[in-house]
Amino acid sequence: MNKLYRDLYKKIYKIRCVEKKISTMYKHQEMRCPVHLSIGQEAVAAGVCANLGKKDEIISTHRSHAHYLGKGGNLKNMIAELYGKDKGCAKGLGGSMHLQDLDNGIFGSVPIVGSTIPIGVGIAFYSKFFLKKNNITTIFFGEGATEEGVFHESINFASLHKLPILFVCENNLYSVYTGLKDRQHVNRSIKKIVESNGIESHTSTGNDVLDVYSLAKESINKIRKKKGPIFLEFKTYRWLEHCGPNWDDNLNYRPKGELKSWMNKCPLKKLRGKIFSNSKKNNTLDKIEKKINYEIENAFQFAKNAKFPKKEILNKFIYSN
Amino acid sequence: MRKIKFNQSVKEALTLSMLRDKKVVLMGLGVTDPKGIFGTTKDLGKKFGSTRVIETPTSENAITGIALGAAIKGMRPILTHQRVEFSLLSMEQIVNQLSKWHFMSAGKQKVPIVIRMIIGKGWGQGPQHSQSLEVLFSHIPGLKVVAPSNAFDAKGLLIQSIKDNNPVIFFEHRWLHDISGNVPKKSYDIKIGKAKIIKKGKDITIVSFSEAIVQVMRIYKFLKINGIEPEIIDLRTLRPIDKKTIINSVKKTRKLLVIDNSWTTYGISAEIISIVTESIFKKLKKSPQRIGIKNVMIPSSKELAKHCYLNSKNILEKIISITGKNINKKKKNLFLKKINTSESDIPYKDFKGPF
Repeated sequence: MNKLYRDLYKKIYKIRCVEKKISTMYKHQEMRCPVHLSIGQEAVAAGVCANLGKKDEIISTHRSHAHYLGKGGNLKNMIAELYGKDKGCAKGLGGSMHLQDLDNGIFGSVPIVGSTIPIGVGIAFYSKFFLKKNNITTIFFGEGATEEGVFHESINFASLHKLPILFVCENNLYSVYTGLKDRQHVNRSIKKIVESNGIESHTSTGNDVLDVYSLAKESINKIRKKKGPIFLEFKTYRWLEHCGPNWDDNLNYRPKGELKSWMNKCPLKKLRGKIFSNSKKNNTLDKIEKKINYEIENAFQFAKNAKFPKKEILNKFIYSN
Repeated sequence: MRKIKFNQSVKEALTLSMLRDKKVVLMGLGVTDPKGIFGTTKDLGKKFGSTRVIETPTSENAITGIALGAAIKGMRPILTHQRVEFSLLSMEQIVNQLSKWHFMSAGKQKVPIVIRMIIGKGWGQGPQHSQSLEVLFSHIPGLKVVAPSNAFDAKGLLIQSIKDNNPVIFFEHRWLHDISGNVPKKSYDIKIGKAKIIKKGKDITIVSFSEAIVQVMRIYKFLKINGIEPEIIDLRTLRPIDKKTIINSVKKTRKLLVIDNSWTTYGISAEIISIVTESIFKKLKKSPQRIGIKNVMIPSSKELAKHCYLNSKNILEKIISITGKNINKKKKNLFLKKINTSESDIPYKDFKGPF
């Protein structure tokens, strides 16, 4: 099987299964933090991150599991963080909404919408003017963030200084329960807004990981050639509730049939279809899946067995030395 | 020792810090403008170049986040707001991100950022250019808050703030900028978190900070001549607060007056009085008192503003009432006339506006 297909499949399958496992295990009330699951939106994280090196930086949002895993973040530390344990990636101080893994270039994620956008711009500013290496910063955010003032301030600054940034907007149509029609004028084009700031911008479907991959690849190559930032908007959809492990279509804030039509565009199924049309043998996929399932079981065991942090930690990180 | 103004001492601290460490950069609207933020950054752009003295768009919130992103990678940004009120646009970044980033990373990332905030006052600055909002920042764990009252402290504290690996909010009162003081040429540090007893005394402890100290010092001699010996403490740092120096002093004098640079309600003065009453209530001979600006919005008109700002007359009356000492009325009125407390919206008698 083609190596690219295999890598992308690994990423998407892993994200999907981790999220499903969290969703199943949540009922035990041991992961006592809000979780914003990425099921249905895996292709953007996988397709973009497959183009990034370990040293390239990413920064993310409240819905960060897919980005963290896509970028190669440590799974055991992520699950331990959700369980509030001392082996968590932030020693249980942050929870699901504050994932980070510096060894893999994941600098942080926060729940305040749009707030990591300038922070990502600052990382890229440092890379360009002080570090002088060729790494790029990818900033993940949702379409809701483009309604925040700080988004507009940040893209202007990034454009002004031609910073090495890939802006990735996952447009999943909803901000919590509020749909686009209540938040943005029907003629508002995020792409055009960004373009008018002097930034090359594209809008694309976000559930076909191969499309995401090639658009990201082309863009990242340009950014690495010092062409300045590029903005990509991907249309996608979250299947489960905004926050929590459950389905919530019964609340009727989304039109009837909308979820179903997006589930028909499942990123995992789409890629699987492409792989099978290219090769009849599926034992490679079986092997990949087995390995990942085992890894996930292990990570949950690790998290459950880990200890809770001691209370001394509370005073330890108020100030840095 | 040579005398220089507060604003020149700020500039010296910036210059020496930038020479010492190439990662130190200045950012903010106007850092390269012809007036150079009241002279504090004048010509630094020419000296250090546009990569280190960075003009910014009028985007306070994003610039603060950008400073954070650069700081966690290794840069040491110094941001500047020409009035405190502009920083309110960046409260989200300061309160949610800067102050908590080190904690949220479980100690793996650090945030060496200084945010200079200039407090306006008087000359009709009005409701949105005259606020002393130190307490908003002092409330937040993870921030350090510094508010020097003189040129010497400004240099040492700013150099130390720039070396600090945490976000430091550095308050400069606009009225202090033009006041000269003895300042050594060399670089020196003043520890953050340490108050200073600027006058030793036995009759009353007066705790104050920033420009309010100037108002207190204006009456110091008169008090001494008339038999009142106050112990005056300049807080210098508002967070972390130096409890020990305050408590030790009040243990000795057994009386406390806090002179706040701002509103007293929920203010710095409320905190100081709580610290004292919680720990040495029984030592107090009188109930602790506080005085600050009037608990209303500051109006522009000088005839209204004079009822709102702190002035030395009110401070004097308060000290007399707490200490219970009698001062000849005639003498007092003569003194007050001499120091001219009727025009509280200008820093000194012959001041010409604008700022």
